[in-house]
Amino acid sequence: MSGAIEQRIIKKILKTDIYITANCIISNNLVYKNEALVFENKGLVLPDFLISVYRYFKWQYPKFHKMDNLCKLGWLANEVLLQGSFEKAKYKPEDIGLVLSNTNASLDTDIKYYETTKTMASPALFVYTLPNIVIGEISIRHYFKGENAFFVFAGFNAGFIEQYVSNLINNNILQCCICGWVDVLNNDFNATLFLIEKEKSADSVNFTKENLNKIYQLQNG
Amino acid sequence: MSDLKTQIIAQLNLQDTKPEDIGDDQPLFVDGLGLDSIDALELIVLLQQQYRIKLSNAEDGPKVFYSVRTMAEYITAHQVQNN
Repeated sequence: MSGAIEQRIIKKILKTDIYITANCIISNNLVYKNEALVFENKGLVLPDFLISVYRYFKWQYPKFHKMDNLCKLGWLANEVLLQGSFEKAKYKPEDIGLVLSNTNASLDTDIKYYETTKTMASPALFVYTLPNIVIGEISIRHYFKGENAFFVFAGFNAGFIEQYVSNLINNNILQCCICGWVDVLNNDFNATLFLIEKEKSADSVNFTKENLNKIYQLQNG
Repeated sequence: MSDLKTQIIAQLNLQDTKPEDIGDDQPLFVDGLGLDSIDALELIVLLQQQYRIKLSNAEDGPKVFYSVRTMAEYITAHQVQNN
């Protein structure tokens, strides 16, 4: 048997079962955790809505107020996602990673920053003119040190997320991954995050592109 | 100094902080108000936008931005020079 075939068979045998153990959607001024509505505040523009979510959950994190809207949205979705059942102590910081994606990159802040350059460029806005800063903000908050990546797609790409994250977990690069979609442009926004782990939990479903799409479509359809 | 505190809060987006929460002599960075290097740049922008004062020597930054009082003293001294 050739080495390559042997490797492939071993990989297949060792392929781990992976689960979506939690999900969070923030869209249309609504916040869902595991498909249950946990907060709504209709009629507010995005910045005010994001602050209302922060205040409702009584988080104390002064740096939140300095973030741009993309980071605030991703940060809030991640807090809701991990709230309650997530057992961070099970993992080493290097075992928890983030794989996020969107369609507008950091354009929402890029435009605001560009406006400030006409008078006096804002350093505080400049530092948010990359989409992967949201991963940094979440990692700083929770001391996550695992592999991370941010991808820009035309739309939510469940197939890519399944393949990329499965590869990280099956190859033991990560034991746990927060992945999904965080997108903002003006008053249009959507965050859909998934917690991916090897251990099954009460409400978990298999980590497949079909299940990712099904959950994403529930509130974004 | 109260106006300066209000301007600092607005410039740095310190939404949960009130002017009276900031002591006149409280250090602005590290163990005091906890500001960081980006905030330092924003304070330089504040001086330029609100008072038309340019920090001529970057090495003066730690002294000038030590507290609200040191900032106010720097503003007072340089506004006089500008006038």
